[in-house]
Amino acid sequence: MLGRTANDLYWLSRYIERAENMARLIEVGYRIVLLPREGEGFHEEWRSTLESAGCLVTYMQRYGELDTQNVINFMLFDTSNVSSIASCLANARRNGRAQRTALTREMWETLNSSWLEFSAIKPSTITSNSLPELLDWVRARSALYRGAMLNTILRNDTFYFSQIGTFIERADSTSRILDVKYYHLLPSSEMVGGGKDNYQWASILRSVSAHRSYRWVFKDHYKPLKIADFLILNRQMPRSLRSCYDELVEALRDLAIFTGARQDCNATAESTRDLLMEADIQRIFQSGLHEFVQDFIERNNKLGTEISTAYHFSD
Amino acid sequence: MVAAFDEMNGFGGGVRAPYRALSEWLGIQHIGELSQKATEAEALFRRTGITFAVYGSEEAAERLIPFDVLPRIISAEEWRRLELGIEQRVRALNAFMYDIYHHQEILKAGKIPEELVVQNGAFLPEMIGVDPPRGIYSHIIGIDLVRTGEDQFLVLEDNTRTPSGVSYMLENRETMMHLFPDLFSRNRVRPVENYPDALLKTLESVAPSNLDKEPTIALLTPGIYNSAYFEHSFLADQMGIELVESMDLVVIDGVLNMKTTQGLKRVDVLYRRVDDDFLDPLVFDPTSLLGIPGIFDVYRSGRVTIVNAPGTGIADDKAIYAYIPAIIEFYTGRAAIIPNVETYNCREPDALKYTLDRLPELVVKEVHGSGGYGMLVGPTATKEQIEIFRQKLKTNPSNYIAQPTLSLSTCPTLVNGGVGPRHLDLRPFVLIGDQVRLMPGGLTRVALKKGSLVVNSSQGGGTKDTWVLQD
Repeated sequence: MLGRTANDLYWLSRYIERAENMARLIEVGYRIVLLPREGEGFHEEWRSTLESAGCLVTYMQRYGELDTQNVINFMLFDTSNVSSIASCLANARRNGRAQRTALTREMWETLNSSWLEFSAIKPSTITSNSLPELLDWVRARSALYRGAMLNTILRNDTFYFSQIGTFIERADSTSRILDVKYYHLLPSSEMVGGGKDNYQWASILRSVSAHRSYRWVFKDHYKPLKIADFLILNRQMPRSLRSCYDELVEALRDLAIFTGARQDCNATAESTRDLLMEADIQRIFQSGLHEFVQDFIERNNKLGTEISTAYHFSD
Repeated sequence: MVAAFDEMNGFGGGVRAPYRALSEWLGIQHIGELSQKATEAEALFRRTGITFAVYGSEEAAERLIPFDVLPRIISAEEWRRLELGIEQRVRALNAFMYDIYHHQEILKAGKIPEELVVQNGAFLPEMIGVDPPRGIYSHIIGIDLVRTGEDQFLVLEDNTRTPSGVSYMLENRETMMHLFPDLFSRNRVRPVENYPDALLKTLESVAPSNLDKEPTIALLTPGIYNSAYFEHSFLADQMGIELVESMDLVVIDGVLNMKTTQGLKRVDVLYRRVDDDFLDPLVFDPTSLLGIPGIFDVYRSGRVTIVNAPGTGIADDKAIYAYIPAIIEFYTGRAAIIPNVETYNCREPDALKYTLDRLPELVVKEVHGSGGYGMLVGPTATKEQIEIFRQKLKTNPSNYIAQPTLSLSTCPTLVNGGVGPRHLDLRPFVLIGDQVRLMPGGLTRVALKKGSLVVNSSQGGGTKDTWVLQD
């Protein structure tokens, strides 16, 4: 496989995953903004949402102040925002088109029609009533693409690079949500139990589609420690850091078998997975959640760089 | 102008035999349903991404080539004769290129003016003395045919460089079989779907001869903004070969390599869909940033086969075109089975005078033009346009050829709210390697504007599925 092909497949998966995460973040942010509250509370909500999505700085440069309509436009349609859903779908489709030969017909047609349908939407026609439907659609299209991939792609390097892109992006996204949202909520943790706070805690879980699965796993109320445990260390939870690294270790191992050579990135992924396997949530809190997550984000980035070097993404 | 020959009805007098089943079927269709199918076809093409990019524009400008759901049909007997003529022609074209890049016997024999070849911009002196595997220069040729009567097929143009359109031949058939399975049960239509397989065999058969393993083949595309990008990715996909851009290739130690996830991998056959000018900046255009520096040396040393070879533009140059019948006779010893369209090379004073006297009747083309640009269609041109061409001809006569305006055959076509005759041409695709392989079919291009004779997609032309019937 060409190095450029590997690079494009990796990023294609990241864009699809990112579009889905963006949709979820907007949805959660919007729900909270709709809540009755005092004063200017929604500003904080949008600030943390944009921060979680990694685009607060770009937003502020462009709009200067937080405004619900602007934030939604920026995250959904603004192509000057490289992480907007419009950008993600266009870039995913562009990569897919460049690597048309590596995709199955089902994968390509899903990408292509997602982009065509999304491009046909006029931002001005999106109202608060139609927004949830649009966000559902984005998530459904992302799921459809993943499904098409899992069902039709050959289990060779095309599959492994696609998997790697998905889980690097997902790990990055979950860790950012944890870092930002948790940080904003923690000071009020004493008061957990009030209706509104409960709602806010639920929002973290909602950002990763885990508000119901939490109940099934813990059979308990939302508790900060357990939520963190669920998102970081739980291997059942498909968006937890641990799950992402289980998948990454596996995909990288299969890739090494396929190419006949282990690389630095194999050891890096395994050591991060081991760390998540052995960690204890109490101790993480004692030594600082923020520090732990920052360290993780750094490891995750390093892994991405190592993969691109090992497999000649751009020579 | 006399009435055109109609593929279905001839010059009147009943439905022609190959169209009988289609005509009966058409008789029981509702126009509304046909239009519905046409809409479905368009949605299918768009979803699959069978688009062509418009030069210099972003993704928003990806366009569909209109597809007409009524097929163009050729009988088994008609096809047999075309087959013979096409095979004769492509062998002669390759023999011609071998000759002019070696001993130039045809020039010595005085069959073509020497300066017309050696001073032609399409003649590549760098190719002199190069010996491509099997002596083949153009491995993939598209021959543009037009029809003017029951037995009158003519070659309008040869495409010996990087002919495109074959993906439409294949996708048009897929679409038709999907939309109208019952039509195929009423007609015995020869399949075309093994084209990618035949292409792969052809490419393998011209690999450098000293390889000790299966050749590695790659398809070189200018990239996603090229107008034929869909076709490049389609063919690479169908053949299971890498689709590369020039940045993926590098010459090291006298061989061509592609940059893979596991380091460099040698490429033995390069099916290139880029023009000569963008192949090797060291040879063709030192100022260009595009291309693969050094690839021409690798080619010359026989360690990679470039398909089609550089310098094949000389065989489809419009100034050479008029001499093709002489070329065919020179190399095959027989007259051309499919004749050329009568052509006046305006570089010759008599031809120029003839042309200037009859501008309103003639078609005038630029020698190096393509895609339907830079041409004058006398009968439909305004007086002003004719005068502009008169000046152009007088200033630079050798830049033009003139031909009579042909009454291209028509074929029933779905048009606004009904079925009407539209003019068309035919481009069969022929592969030349260890043997000559011709797909029974081709790309039929149709001028959708009523009365128009210009079938190019850049000028509002569409396509049809092309059926060659079995006996």
